[in-house]
Amino acid sequence: MSRMDHAVEAGDMVDGIVLDQVERLLAQHLTPALLAACDGAVDATAWPADLWTALAESGLPLALVPEAEDGIGLAATTAARLIRRCGWAALPLPLPETVVGAALWSAAGGDANADALSLVPGGPVRIAPHTDGFVLDGRVAQVPWGGSVASLLLDAVDATGEPHLVRIAAPGTIRDTHHNLAGEPRDTLDLTGCTVSTDEVRAAPGWATGAGVPAVEAVGAWVRAQQMVGALESCLGSALDHAQERQQFGRPLAKFQAIQHMLAEAAGHVAAASAAADLAAACWGDPRFVLATAIAKARCGEAAGHVAAIGHQIHGAMGFTQEHPLHRATRRLWSWRDEFGSDALWQERIGRAVCACGGAALWPMLVRLRGGAG
Amino acid sequence: MHSFRFSAEPLPPEVEAARASIRAFLDAEREAGHFVPHRTSWTTFDAAFSRRAGAAGFIGLTVPEAYGGHARSGLVRFVVTEEMLAAGAPCGAHWIADRQSGPQILRHGTEAAKRAILPRICRGECAFGIGMSEPNSGSDLAAVRTRAVRDGDDWVINGSKIWTTNAHQVDYLLALVRTGEPGPDRHGGLTQFIVDMAAPGVTVRPILDLSGHHEFNEVFFTDYRVPDAMRVGAEGDGWNLVTEELAFERSGPDRFLSDYRLLVELVDRIGPEPDRFQAVETGRMVAQLTALLGMSASVARLLDQGIVPGVEAALVKDVGNGFERAVPEIARRLVPVEPSLSAQGDAFREALGGVTLRAPSFTLRGGTREVLRGVIARGLGLR
Repeated sequence: MSRMDHAVEAGDMVDGIVLDQVERLLAQHLTPALLAACDGAVDATAWPADLWTALAESGLPLALVPEAEDGIGLAATTAARLIRRCGWAALPLPLPETVVGAALWSAAGGDANADALSLVPGGPVRIAPHTDGFVLDGRVAQVPWGGSVASLLLDAVDATGEPHLVRIAAPGTIRDTHHNLAGEPRDTLDLTGCTVSTDEVRAAPGWATGAGVPAVEAVGAWVRAQQMVGALESCLGSALDHAQERQQFGRPLAKFQAIQHMLAEAAGHVAAASAAADLAAACWGDPRFVLATAIAKARCGEAAGHVAAIGHQIHGAMGFTQEHPLHRATRRLWSWRDEFGSDALWQERIGRAVCACGGAALWPMLVRLRGGAG
Repeated sequence: MHSFRFSAEPLPPEVEAARASIRAFLDAEREAGHFVPHRTSWTTFDAAFSRRAGAAGFIGLTVPEAYGGHARSGLVRFVVTEEMLAAGAPCGAHWIADRQSGPQILRHGTEAAKRAILPRICRGECAFGIGMSEPNSGSDLAAVRTRAVRDGDDWVINGSKIWTTNAHQVDYLLALVRTGEPGPDRHGGLTQFIVDMAAPGVTVRPILDLSGHHEFNEVFFTDYRVPDAMRVGAEGDGWNLVTEELAFERSGPDRFLSDYRLLVELVDRIGPEPDRFQAVETGRMVAQLTALLGMSASVARLLDQGIVPGVEAALVKDVGNGFERAVPEIARRLVPVEPSLSAQGDAFREALGGVTLRAPSFTLRGGTREVLRGVIARGLGLR
């Protein structure tokens, strides 16, 4: 066995240990009471500080930052599994945003830290030179946990139209607090007049942007696609369990052919969405990243509606309540499919790119996407 | 947490390397006018094309060299088949033999059958048909009634097979027939035989399909004699063999690329500046197709490792057929044309017409959507 094989094996082992650790922490902390307390749709929103501390002490915020930059240096495909696990468990914290935000910032040459970080959706914020740095101008909305995180990562543009990646300390005051359909905080923040040093304004890495899509929006879509896979698996798993446990007309629901076919259809959507998200995971840091992410967000977003609908139909009235945990998956699916660009927006981008190149170029593009020689 | 055995690992470089040669072959065929992509599909029977593909080394890739094959991996065959599909090549004269009959004979046939038939398959000179369905046995394959009775070194077959694609042009059928009692699970008493279509006792009745093409047939056996050496697998083992054969039949890219050329024509017809509706729907189809390509490559990899991924294969076919069925329905909403089989010079109208009339078969052949969903449900632990 060569040294490289040893290194790969050691890397695999670290990846396994990190995933086990996440599993344990989530199982230990995410009680129904905590999940309910953090659900803005039902109750006052809480920031589960103990859980964040436990996750941060395990180094997880820097999971995808290279070891040379003091991160864990997980493979992106493993980080994707970590994020899916967070989606599966309905983790009410922006760990997924922090993991990819810190990795993107690090890839842009910035010094990543383990503090909670959020990604700002909604396109570039205007910036202008200021005494010893830059000043921002604009209000940002729908920022995940924007009022609770330490810093924000956002797409910015200067007066010449040049795009920038900006990290900024989150302003202490929230202009407005909304929640998505899952009760996760989505805050409005006024950044006008906020200043940052030149160190906090960087060029995004080339692989993370393209086709008019800025980097934060692209990695935001990537992270939501991975989270959706976790929520899709949770929804399907719950429906499979329920169909086998629930008896009607003297037999389990699972024995009815109509139910079997609905579940088979849902499984097809979950498998296709996972395959698309797998591809995007494998393309992190690669020139195919934006297109693969577009495909993953589009395919997972499409699956979300179908699988949530089937999940609820199988669960009957029980699934339509806060008493059954199904809503933790389905309300997230209905939220996440529209965040950082809806499936329709990403489909439109894919369609425009494909039509611009013509029919003959489509097959080589598909082969290259899968890692082949197009 | 339910997970499927799909992975996004790229195909090995030595496998990808096979792409260049198959593309060069297909480009030359197209440029020579040997086929017009939007008019043909993988069921189109073109004996001359298959002979040239065989001579160029693209058939029988996984067959050992001793039987005239090329001893390459299943993944190389996967790359070659998806390139043929994407090009719209007319593969009907070798597809069935290459995909399932040949591999089945290689695994379970007699030495005599292997020596007599496999080298001809590899040369692209020997076409096969599938002898499974019967007039009263479609999805319910265990209800097969065509019977073979032992007579010395021969078996004597009486009965009929139906929906036999290209039976009037193929050299052999691989037929599933009854040789004994079904038993309590209904899966007993079935055996597979290689049927020589040129031998006495076989007659073929054409059945025209929706577009008026003659691909389907009904095949009648009257005291047809087949030597025992043409038996494939043990007597009574037919059900297991056919299940294995269907795993190969169901998981390939032919389950979602049947109308790929319509998608190509659609993109060209829309042009470089789509409106929003055209862009959204085209992007949706491309996202679905990309996921399917990833899934089918994963299944090919599992099959190559000797794993038979029943559920994943069924998922590829079910999701894939759904995609194939949707393409013409979406295409007609994006570009307002009237489909036609005789719209000379308008490739999009012609492709749309051809696919519209072929699409119902996509969710029937190789196992109906409903049968497939039953297979998936079993894999999910529901039955």
